Amino acid sequence: MTTAPSSAVPASAGEPGQFPLVLGLDTFGDLTHDDDDRADTHAQTIRNVVEQGVLADHVGVDFFGIGEHHTDDFPMPAADVVLGTIAGRTTRIRLGSAVTVLSSDDPVRVFQRYSTLDAISGGRAEVILGRGSSTESFPLFGYGLADYEDLFEEKTHLFAELLKGGPVTWEGKTRAPLHNQDVVPHTESGPFPAWIGVGGSPQSVIRAAHYGFSLMLAIIGGPPARFSPFSQLFRQALEKFGQDPRPVGVHSPGHVAATDEQAREEFWPRYLEVIRRFSKTRGFAIPTKESFAHEVGPHGALYVGSPETVAQKIAANLTLLDATRFDLKYGMPGLSQQALMTNIELYGTQVMPRVHELVG
Amino acid sequence: MTGESWSSTRLPRIAVLGSGHVGPVIARVALEAGYQVAIAASGDPEKIALITQVLAPGAEPRWAADAVKEADIVVLAIPLHRFAGFDPALVAGKLVVDTMNYWPPIDGVQEMFEDRRYGCSEIVSQRLVRSTVVKTFNHLGYHELEDERRPMGSPERRALGVASDDPVGVDVVAGVIERIGYDTVRLDSLIAGRLLEPGGPVFGVSLSRPEFELAMRVEAA
Ligand SMILES: NC(=O)c1ccc[n+]([C@@H]2O[C@H](COP(=O)([O-])OP(=O)(O)OC[C@H]3O[C@@H](n4cnc5c(N)ncnc54)[C@H](OP(=O)(O)O)[C@@H]3O)[C@@H](O)[C@H]2O)c1
Repeated sequence: MTTAPSSAVPASAGEPGQFPLVLGLDTFGDLTHDDDDRADTHAQTIRNVVEQGVLADHVGVDFFGIGEHHTDDFPMPAADVVLGTIAGRTTRIRLGSAVTVLSSDDPVRVFQRYSTLDAISGGRAEVILGRGSSTESFPLFGYGLADYEDLFEEKTHLFAELLKGGPVTWEGKTRAPLHNQDVVPHTESGPFPAWIGVGGSPQSVIRAAHYGFSLMLAIIGGPPARFSPFSQLFRQALEKFGQDPRPVGVHSPGHVAATDEQAREEFWPRYLEVIRRFSKTRGFAIPTKESFAHEVGPHGALYVGSPETVAQKIAANLTLLDATRFDLKYGMPGLSQQALMTNIELYGTQVMPRVHELVG
Repeated sequence: MTGESWSSTRLPRIAVLGSGHVGPVIARVALEAGYQVAIAASGDPEKIALITQVLAPGAEPRWAADAVKEADIVVLAIPLHRFAGFDPALVAGKLVVDTMNYWPPIDGVQEMFEDRRYGCSEIVSQRLVRSTVVKTFNHLGYHELEDERRPMGSPERRALGVASDDPVGVDVVAGVIERIGYDTVRLDSLIAGRLLEPGGPVFGVSLSRPEFELAMRVEAA
């Protein structure tokens, strides 16, 4: 990696610090439960997500992101279809993937789906690309997990080429080559914003800088402070590769309710259940009330509490990580649609203004 | 990290192989404990120069062969699916710390590690016949490695398991870990080290030394 490709997405040139504060919401299509705590159907859960996206727009949220998942409790494999529906019912909010598992997808199709979303929404589309921390899509689509590094590297490169617009020539091991190929639909107003989601791989940070993507730090456990060297690494790598400055964002899970107590009570049993299931396949430790209290506290990765508690934590970590964007991954399988809608409303009407105030 | 003074005998030199999630964190905590550390990935050190400079300042990025040549301890922090392509001659005669885990949902199915008669590090050791293999670090999340350190004697100090068929190897590596900021529980074989693997009683759990020992006894009983 000595020569940098020209930047895929022109950033608004200038000093870091010039990027506006952006506050968004992400969902993985967490399976909702009804008022009697019975699981909703996948179909109902997806319709619920549409309503959540529309509400997010109405209460002033800047961005609504949907993460690709393929499991019974996260039935959300086709985020772009859902985003297209939300686009048709909104006018303002930006819409994107959070994340698209690029390693097990075709970059050409991803580009086409999101440039179509960009068309439908009048230029409101974004993508956050991930290598895939949830790996269900690999066996589903016939990819080898052991190949994830090569898959992500090659496909990121191709995606950067596609974003530039104009005919693409590309060759690699993971997909048929393209020779001077015009890929449609063309975007109306240049490339849409593209981010790379990073969960702790320094190579992914370097890759984002190399190809001129913005950096989304996915902080889902442990002290957020440990990510601050990653912002630094990203900025230095951008400089090294001769790329324009680009924003750094943070994505973390949480839940907002009227009071700290209510938020914790609603969130904890659902969180425990999900991690317990993950721990079987992934080797995570099962959380205890104690470890949960730590994650919810000032040095943990969970944003669970009243609007004031969550706003304080967002503001503190944006400053700490030198970031200008925060996306709260709200919800957890088993929470009700009512609880999610309340969360969204509080986020838009109370958390966001308070974060603006605190960050100044 | 600590106020401990340099011991009069020279500290072992450490080579970390792998510059991904895990490698730079191990390099950083070892540096802070006073060790001399080289770090390598699979290729040109130039590629990891910036990562090293920012994430483990003070470590020396090198070609793997050069890093290993001058090291007393080699830490293997590469994905398990890359191990089949790893050249055992590279670490012949060295003390090798195996941090690797086998999780098929993450690594995909790896034929070499599918033989359930053996633990992951036993299979590593069978392949690295001319090296001494010590299993540790594998059961601690890389994101905790730095934050969970505590000075010796702290009631909050967490324990890590250290397993090897070679008692001297266990001692040397346990010495490093204690200096970094953890208590150790020494296990006298890689077979016993199976208890450190994913799904085992101590994997991903923060335990003091007595709690750790108890968890192992309960499981073994
Ligand atoms: N996740 C955890 O919390 C945790 C905790 C304890 C242990 N572990 C274990 O730690 C190991 C490393 O995981 P990771 O997440 O850090 O992997 P990773 O992010 O994928 O990084 C892998 C690194 O290994 C390098 N590498 C691959 N083959 C190599 C070779 N033959 N010689 C030298 N370097 C080589 C790669 O270099 P190139 O880019 O140049 O190929 C890359 O720098 C895994 O076995 C994992 O099970 C993980």
